Amino acid sequence: MIRAESLTKLFPISRGRFKRATSLVHAVDGVSFDLPRGQSLGLVGESGCGKTTIGKLLVKLLEPTSGRILFASPPAKSGDAGGESVDIARIKGATVRNFRRHAQMIFQDPYESMNPRRVVLDTVAEPLQVQGIGASHERLDLVSGLLDRVGLTPAANFLFRHPHELSGGQRQRVAIARALVVGPSYVVADEPTSMLDVSIRAGIMNLMLELAQTQGVTYLLVTHDLAVARYMCQRIAVMYRGKIVEVGATEELLQDPLHPYTRALLSAVPVPIPGFRRQEVNIKGDASAAIDPPERCRFYDRCPLASVICLNSPHPTLAEKGPGHQVACHLV
Amino acid sequence: MTTDIEGRLWVRLAKARLALRGFREAWAIFVESRIGIIGLAIILFFGILIVAYPILMGTVWDRATYDPITGFAVDQAAQPAPPSRQHLLGTDPLGRDVLSQLMFSTASEFLLGITAAVVTVAIATSVGAVSAYYGGVVDLFFMRLADIIIMLPTISLLIVLTALFGLNLLQLALVLGVLSGFGSTAVVLKAQALSIMVKPYIEAARVAGGSRRHIIFVHIVPNLLPLSLLYMMFTVTAAIFSEAVLSYFGILNVRMSWGIMIHTASSSGYLLGGTKFWWLILPAGGAITLLCSAFYLVGRALDEVVNPRLRRQYGR
Amino acid sequence: MDASVDLAPCRLLRPALVVEDLTLRYLTRRGEVKAVDGVSFTLAPGQALGLVGESGCGKTSVAMSLMKLLPDNARLIRGRVLLGEHDLLTMTEGELRRFRWRRISMVFQAAMNSLDPVYRVGEQIVEAIENHNCEDSRQQARSRVSRLFGLVGLEPQMVDRYPHELSGGMRQRVAIAMALACEPDVIIADEITTALDVIVQDRILRELRLIQNDLQMSMVYITHDMAVVAEVTDRLGVMYAGKLVEMGDTSEVFGQPLHPYTEALLRSFPSIRGEKLPLIGLPGEPPDLIQTPPGCRFHPRCPSATEICRQKVPPKVQIGTHWADCWHPLAVTATGGRVPGDQIHGAN
Repeated sequence: MIRAESLTKLFPISRGRFKRATSLVHAVDGVSFDLPRGQSLGLVGESGCGKTTIGKLLVKLLEPTSGRILFASPPAKSGDAGGESVDIARIKGATVRNFRRHAQMIFQDPYESMNPRRVVLDTVAEPLQVQGIGASHERLDLVSGLLDRVGLTPAANFLFRHPHELSGGQRQRVAIARALVVGPSYVVADEPTSMLDVSIRAGIMNLMLELAQTQGVTYLLVTHDLAVARYMCQRIAVMYRGKIVEVGATEELLQDPLHPYTRALLSAVPVPIPGFRRQEVNIKGDASAAIDPPERCRFYDRCPLASVICLNSPHPTLAEKGPGHQVACHLV
Repeated sequence: MTTDIEGRLWVRLAKARLALRGFREAWAIFVESRIGIIGLAIILFFGILIVAYPILMGTVWDRATYDPITGFAVDQAAQPAPPSRQHLLGTDPLGRDVLSQLMFSTASEFLLGITAAVVTVAIATSVGAVSAYYGGVVDLFFMRLADIIIMLPTISLLIVLTALFGLNLLQLALVLGVLSGFGSTAVVLKAQALSIMVKPYIEAARVAGGSRRHIIFVHIVPNLLPLSLLYMMFTVTAAIFSEAVLSYFGILNVRMSWGIMIHTASSSGYLLGGTKFWWLILPAGGAITLLCSAFYLVGRALDEVVNPRLRRQYGR
Repeated sequence: MDASVDLAPCRLLRPALVVEDLTLRYLTRRGEVKAVDGVSFTLAPGQALGLVGESGCGKTSVAMSLMKLLPDNARLIRGRVLLGEHDLLTMTEGELRRFRWRRISMVFQAAMNSLDPVYRVGEQIVEAIENHNCEDSRQQARSRVSRLFGLVGLEPQMVDRYPHELSGGMRQRVAIAMALACEPDVIIADEITTALDVIVQDRILRELRLIQNDLQMSMVYITHDMAVVAEVTDRLGVMYAGKLVEMGDTSEVFGQPLHPYTEALLRSFPSIRGEKLPLIGLPGEPPDLIQTPPGCRFHPRCPSATEICRQKVPPKVQIGTHWADCWHPLAVTATGGRVPGDQIHGAN
């Protein structure tokens, strides 16, 4: 359904008012991946790795510096052929508005992602309204139905509430309703549970999983929490400094991590079992942003396995090391 | 399911009820701060003056004696006459009743203030929103314009303008509105608009498919309005005061206002008499001070409504 | 309610910190917020005690009470915080200055953002040392700072950096160094790794454990993350709606949770290891601390709640050093299943 090819997004760091940008942050650098229909993908990595940027690129909140994002709209009925592949990075004008029916986003902060002066009805109906879908009473029915389905029942109680009258979990449910109201093909979820209380997170995650089934939605889940990614996604892609270093089926990647960064990340996650001895986290140095990175492997200065090959060759490309399991490393 | 008309009516009704509740809650917060109530009380008092004037003119006062501009107090020996039973605040050097002048001018002062305020807010909100949204050249232009306006001393500019064109109250209000609207108020509202623009709900609106117009008018402007309302109050203050100063110099094309009252006293030399002719200055000066302060106090109280962080955490 | 006697394994008999019946309310426009209600626990020397709970459960308020850093609208209703024989809550500000930072100190959640941006980080710690008279001269203070930086894993040249030149993890380490500056007996760590990436978090947790062992320091570790608490703490207290609902050795609380809320918390955490179990959160909303529910504060969301839970405050059920306040505590049966264990009542 979605194929990203060599996606790159560079941000300039400006120096002086009249001088042109001398440095560029390589937030996303030549990233390629697939998001097949029905297979939710978890983009995991630490802060600054570029996962949020990719999420925004996929809903056209940002435009890529280079690369393509090919989107083939799924068939309207099963058995039909899907739509043609379109590079959404190139579309303009009215086509963009049509595209927005297919891609939506759930944001991290349940409170800040809603206009505090508008009520739930307006917030959830907004996508319908700006895209001119349905008459106003149809929109009312659609929104009410959706509110029921996300667990805000009876809908009539919630339609006219302001965000400050809702709890964190309720707000995020409204956000989910808004993302799904146009019936999108895929939804980018940017850390949807990280600002929620622990006991509420399970409810939201289960709701999202259930809706994925019933509404036929595929998620691109952006998160730093591997455990959440495991719970919600069939496939996981691990990012480091703007590049994907490993991607594969969730369980397999967790059982058999191949890239040294993935290994370090996995061994660093605390385990809720008292007395459990984790492996030593095998990584050197400190994280930093990818500003004007040299051509070699991005992980070189922190990699425990770094060798001469890694120093002298360009950044490794993703290579298949197992069924559906790709790794970008010279030494694996 | 519901039909279109039913649906729309029901939604409108629910929203009206919500608006009412919102107003009541805002009022409750407003009432808590005593300065707000004081300010409002003063404004109300002046409002009573506005209403009382035509009533008095139509009943107790006869036009020949009490008209603020053309009247003459035949019942007094010497002008200006100190306060007496027929003339509660005395008369001015031209024999006109001071109280009548005071009440007559109140309406025009209010109109002046509110016109200036509305014009300011309308312009500043638009400029702020557009500047913040489009950035780049547009922003640069409006901000430089604001810089120039702020740099220029307002009173001098007004003096020049009125010398050239002979401004009356309405024209003065418009000029003040435009100056303030493109000036400091625009800068403040643009800063606020910028802080709104980085909020995730703006991104959410874009992902939903919102056009530029939609985002500006549905999201940015309504969130600017509380702050705009606040600045309206301060503009009223500035307008009334500017008028007083300009009238004091006698250069406005106005026949009667509080400023003119002081001007009359001054140009006839009575200001130098110390406190002997207090009724020529105190009522007008007091009215200006009181009304300006009142709007300022209301503005401060509104600030607490608009800015939740300023509210006191616990009662009393 | 008297303090539970925690006979946890410890090297010395005299506890480092005793909290008795701590009760705190906040006055707000909407009413009195019963933020902390009757919280009692004991901290042995060298022990790490975890306080877990979600937002609004009162754990941060407890932390602030321990340091007596309370806002104006806070009202201490009753309770004692004993450091040795001294009750911190009855002290004046002047008396407290001798205790804060020297006997008990704190690392705040936003510590990395609370460093003054216009001063170098080394200077800020030197200033803290001088303010609390932990060293005799500036020279000695400076050398202490160098030692502290080494202790928290920061390179010596970082002393002259400004906060904005350091990463989040480094700044958090500076904050920890500052809390350690006067070698207190007790450190309170409030969500210190919540905002950090997992690799940095791992590093800091390891360092903290080493420091704790070296200096024989006691620690109160406040967090909502059950995984972190499993790794770092010896004893664990679970808070809900301002009350301590369960307390015991960490391994016991994890292995045999007595309180339904504890179990719900444990079942809410997805894990990257082991079987992929379906997560069960809690229904309903976090409790309103102004109009608290009658009886047991957890009953509106509790799967085992019955009539008595709605009416009467639950009793303490104790097994050794592990207790919970519940009418229907959970227990492990012979088959390994979980049943409401009324038969455990009063066992000691």
